[in-house]
Amino acid sequence: MFKGLAQKVYELTGENVYLCFQCGICSGTCPLVSIMDVPPNQVVRMIQLNMEDVLDSNTLWICASCYNCTVRCPRGIDTARVINALRNIKMRKGLYVVNLRKVPEVGEMPQIALVAASRKLMG
Amino acid sequence: MTSDGVRIGVYICHCGGNISNVVNVEEVRNFAGNLPGVVLAKDHEHMCSETAQKMVLEDIKKYHLNRIVIAACSPKFHEATFKKLIEEAGLNPYFLEMANIREQCSWVHSDNPEGATLKAKDQVAAAVAKARLNQALQVKEIEIGKRVLVIGGGIAGIQAALDLADSGCKVYLVERQPTIGGRMAQLSYTFPTDDCSLCILSPKMAAVYNHPNITLLTYSEVERVEGHVGNFKVTIKVKPRYVDMTKCVACGKCAEKCPTKVPDEFNYGLRMRKAIYVPHEMAVPYKYLIDEAHCLYLTKGVCRLCEKVCPQNAINFEDKPKTINVTVDVIIVATGYDPFDATLLEQYGYGKYANVIIAPQLERLVMPTGPTAGKVIRLSDGKIAKRIAFIQCIGSRDETIGRPNCSRICCMYAIKQAMILKRQDITRDVYIFYIDIRAFGKGFEEYYMRAQEMGIQFIRGKVAEIIEDPITKNLIVRAEDTLTGRMIEMEFDLVVLSVGLVPSKGTEELAKILKITTGPGGFFLEAHPKYRPVDTLREGIFICGCAQGPKDICDTVAQASAAAGRALRLISQRRIIVEPIKAFVKEELCDGCGKCIDKCPLGAITIENSTAKINEALCGGCGSCIPYCPKNAIDLKHYTEEQIIDEIKAILASKKEGEIRVLAFFDDSCTYRAADLAGTSRINYTDKVRIIRIPSSSRLTPKIILSAFKFGADAIFIGDCLPGGSPYHPKVLDAINDLMRKTRAKLRRCRIDARRLRFDTIAVDTAERLAKNLNDLVKMVERLGPLKPEERAKIKI
Repeated sequence: MFKGLAQKVYELTGENVYLCFQCGICSGTCPLVSIMDVPPNQVVRMIQLNMEDVLDSNTLWICASCYNCTVRCPRGIDTARVINALRNIKMRKGLYVVNLRKVPEVGEMPQIALVAASRKLMG
Repeated sequence: MTSDGVRIGVYICHCGGNISNVVNVEEVRNFAGNLPGVVLAKDHEHMCSETAQKMVLEDIKKYHLNRIVIAACSPKFHEATFKKLIEEAGLNPYFLEMANIREQCSWVHSDNPEGATLKAKDQVAAAVAKARLNQALQVKEIEIGKRVLVIGGGIAGIQAALDLADSGCKVYLVERQPTIGGRMAQLSYTFPTDDCSLCILSPKMAAVYNHPNITLLTYSEVERVEGHVGNFKVTIKVKPRYVDMTKCVACGKCAEKCPTKVPDEFNYGLRMRKAIYVPHEMAVPYKYLIDEAHCLYLTKGVCRLCEKVCPQNAINFEDKPKTINVTVDVIIVATGYDPFDATLLEQYGYGKYANVIIAPQLERLVMPTGPTAGKVIRLSDGKIAKRIAFIQCIGSRDETIGRPNCSRICCMYAIKQAMILKRQDITRDVYIFYIDIRAFGKGFEEYYMRAQEMGIQFIRGKVAEIIEDPITKNLIVRAEDTLTGRMIEMEFDLVVLSVGLVPSKGTEELAKILKITTGPGGFFLEAHPKYRPVDTLREGIFICGCAQGPKDICDTVAQASAAAGRALRLISQRRIIVEPIKAFVKEELCDGCGKCIDKCPLGAITIENSTAKINEALCGGCGSCIPYCPKNAIDLKHYTEEQIIDEIKAILASKKEGEIRVLAFFDDSCTYRAADLAGTSRINYTDKVRIIRIPSSSRLTPKIILSAFKFGADAIFIGDCLPGGSPYHPKVLDAINDLMRKTRAKLRRCRIDARRLRFDTIAVDTAERLAKNLNDLVKMVERLGPLKPEERAKIKI
């Protein structure tokens, strides 16, 4: 139905990024937006326009999957999931894969941090 | 007893303490009793009560009173009551005058009983002075019948005509084109329900054709309209069709043989038609006609093939234009719109690049019955278009071409067309370049969301330019995506310009014929943007649909029914009352220079036998012609210059040496009401001000203003409506500004500080601002000091 990144995201998540009308509430509500190079609303926009360089933004790795954006999106887009899909796309290219067994402090990490890290880094 | 036979009765109201707690009513009554012409002065607890009214009735009989002055609350409350009362006693209602001593005295000077009493005396004196010169005026009644002219046979005209005809009116529907249906007949589908346009329109067209109460005049134009509500004499020109409508059965044999091909207007030139043609397959009336500009016989005198093949002998080359005269009671104007001429914006290449089209053309292309049987093709090579861009706001929201307004329908029709394109082929790339998406109607946002769901690309940014690839004829579109801040340069097969709406050709001319006005953008101007959206300032003429401003079909139909309803309101009254307060010409002074003619916003003045003549049926009574007359030959009934100057003398008579007086002229519609509001809100303001009520400040003259200074005013405040708040024409404000300029120049020549004359626009709800204005003006005069007697003596009027 769609092309490029939008189609990949759709296949991975079932989310239709074209529903976005750029109100910007996702970025407004994001606790980490101040250190992101591309705010979440622009991430969605870049997917719509098939701008592959969105995959190089630091946003994907700063996002803590807090789901504030998802809860507040007026068009019902699961934005956190869309960002998660971008991480998957990036990692399936063979980069940024972490083997948890090789992480030395893994036993001492708080559980929630471990889950978040796995989500982020293992796809 | 007075020498001129005027016998005035003055009544002062206590208003149950509302007045008498502050104003010394007894003092005012005694004062009034000694004014010239006053036969009797009384006071009463409640003048509006039945006992008081009975008292007035008896007094009129007993003392042969012929003018009544009532000093009480604002005339906005009880003027109508008292007018009716004295009419009962056999007096002309215009023999009543009121002095407002509650809202303008007791309620705003509650801290200053002495000042309030003095002001009340002055206001009563002014009312008495004015009443002395009041003339009997006859309220005119005009009979209204049930004959209606509807100009324009698009959906607005059709809806209005059907509503009126169903209500039993006799309707003449005049359409310029050979068929009714208008622009809606050219549309494919209609948002937000996606009904096929002609499917929902053609039953209405047929209903018009078959309605016993509708006389349908197609291929006709209104040439002249004279008269007024209840008696509009209309001249309609019917253009020759050269085909006898009673004989033609639309078999089409003529068109088969006709050798002349002409671009088809109905399809915006996307197809050719013959010189003998029917406009389209659903035309009403479904009859052929000959296009006289292109017919070989009519242009060059050869051919006549159609005549030979017509089995009905319907062709008549001798056909001539006909003139029809009808008399109607009301007129509804529904002349619609034209698409904006996109060739004016060269950067988009319409008319230059084959594959740049306007949205109305796309409407035709997507129709299965259209020129390409529904295939959306590139006009350069006939290939199906795969990559399509829409560019919004072409001819809208653009100051550089003088069209700052939003055309209100382009967002929605572009979304609709984009969805049609996607439905034809989901793999198409469809882009909409927009500034803002305005999906404000019922069901519109949901419609927009559906379009987004289909993957239509919305790019927020106006396209800067389009470049054509000279070989492929593809179009390169340059724009910024303002949401990411990146430049976009993309190639498309077809670019669709979402053109805005402009008034239909001939709107200006029709405005002149009907003597109604056009507003910003050239659309017909409504009498009030909120409360009278389908009325014009000419009684009996209504506007609806896109003739009033761009709007979609839902709004057009609603407005057409509204116009029909407003027309029926007049019609069902059977007779209407015309206020007799109109401008009149003093013929002995008029030299027929004609300077007043253009100044009348309603076109009520003509020159006959080198004297100006005012058509009372057209005159709105604003008086804006008056200050322009170099001979001072125009005046306003019931508010004559003489009356106002007498009021000024009376109201300033109590002024003592060294005191300050500010004279205020309040227009009846806004400033007077704002002053009333100051009263009801108990906003105390300066008691140095004296107020004279006038219908509109444009009625004043330099002579009146200079007289006010001569007779004791130290400053003058003039208040009038903001544009839109006035019942009069918006041009009245220009007349007031011209009057101010002229008068200030005269003041300077008399060596009077022009700051002493202040004009401000006052809205009804801005009582505080009005009070502040008056206080400030008094403070300024206190600084400047009152005018000295020798300064006043120098004023030459």
